Amino acid sequence: MVGIVVVSHSRQAADGIREIAQEMGGDARIEAVGGTEDGRIGTTPGPIREAIEAIGSEGGVVVLVDLGSAVMNAELAIEEAAVDEVAIADAPILEGALNAAVAATSPSATVESVREAAEDAADVSKV
Amino acid sequence: MGDDRMDRETQSEAIHEAVEAMADRLAEEKEHLTDLDSAIGDADHGANMNRGFQAALERLEETDGDPAELVKTAGVALVSEVGGAAGPLYGGSLMKASQELEDGITAETTVAFAERYLETVEERGKASVGDKTMVDAITPAVHTYKKAVEVDDHDPLEALGKAVDAAERGVAFTTPIRAKKGRASYLGWRSVGHQDPGATSTLYLLEELLAVATEYLDGEVEVDAETEVDPEELEEPAVEEAAVDEENEEGA
Repeated sequence: MVGIVVVSHSRQAADGIREIAQEMGGDARIEAVGGTEDGRIGTTPGPIREAIEAIGSEGGVVVLVDLGSAVMNAELAIEEAAVDEVAIADAPILEGALNAAVAATSPSATVESVREAAEDAADVSKV
Repeated sequence: MGDDRMDRETQSEAIHEAVEAMADRLAEEKEHLTDLDSAIGDADHGANMNRGFQAALERLEETDGDPAELVKTAGVALVSEVGGAAGPLYGGSLMKASQELEDGITAETTVAFAERYLETVEERGKASVGDKTMVDAITPAVHTYKKAVEVDDHDPLEALGKAVDAAERGVAFTTPIRAKKGRASYLGWRSVGHQDPGATSTLYLLEELLAVATEYLDGEVEVDAETEVDPEELEEPAVEEAAVDEENEEGA
């Protein structure tokens, strides 16, 4: 089982993206992490690591991130997390999370297949 | 290289004092950094740096240890308290670079520290010189420090003075260029004409480091740690001739 961690600068954005992705993602496990621990806009590595470890105990993890510090703090969290199979998807956070959630429901899903599905979202054309 | 005249205990004391000076300076400059960041970013750099360094100071007050341990502790505090990109960039880099200080603070270890710090910032931020980021201040400072120590055989305090001058020119260099990394890059050409906040706070940290290093190494260097970055004054080095020897510290 591959799970997904959504990391945004905003707690509400992270929760909302998880909500949308979960609609398509069946029983895929999705964790939302957003904002700082004292409720500001931003990210810190601690809660990201906790989410990765919570999901990583059951299988691989693919991390979706929004801007700048979310990417760097996710990298730091991964370096410190006691989880082997984890990757950051280089993808738009909402569409990537949605694609990843669908891919994660496949019985043959791997971290690599879920990450690739998320990254395919970079090419999605809307109009 | 230094002959270890300054023992470990004194080195640790100097690090405490440097972090305190940095925290005080960032508290003073909080509004100014936030103003710079309001123009081209998300207006949180002043508050984030202030919060981070106050946390670092608090943790150091509860920590005794070797120089490497203290620098690492400050880095961990920044990483967990800042909440913006400055956390991993300033804090994560201090954590990594602190490993170079395991043998204490000497000319040799501080060059290694400075290089490791720069390398970590570049890797984590995926930024290069000319992207209008803190890298534009750190790179000339680190290169200047290394050359001054290793090629020109200057003592570390004099080398650090030259590094601060180089950082100051690097900060000025960020003003006329367009941002390619960080939040300012979203503004495209509108980022031109604004001084980069991360490069600016990096200069403040270096100026405070120089002030404390000067105090500990009995230098005859005249330091004006309050220098505002004014491109027109950049031809004037902030540091006069130094007449010191001894090992020294270098940092963010």
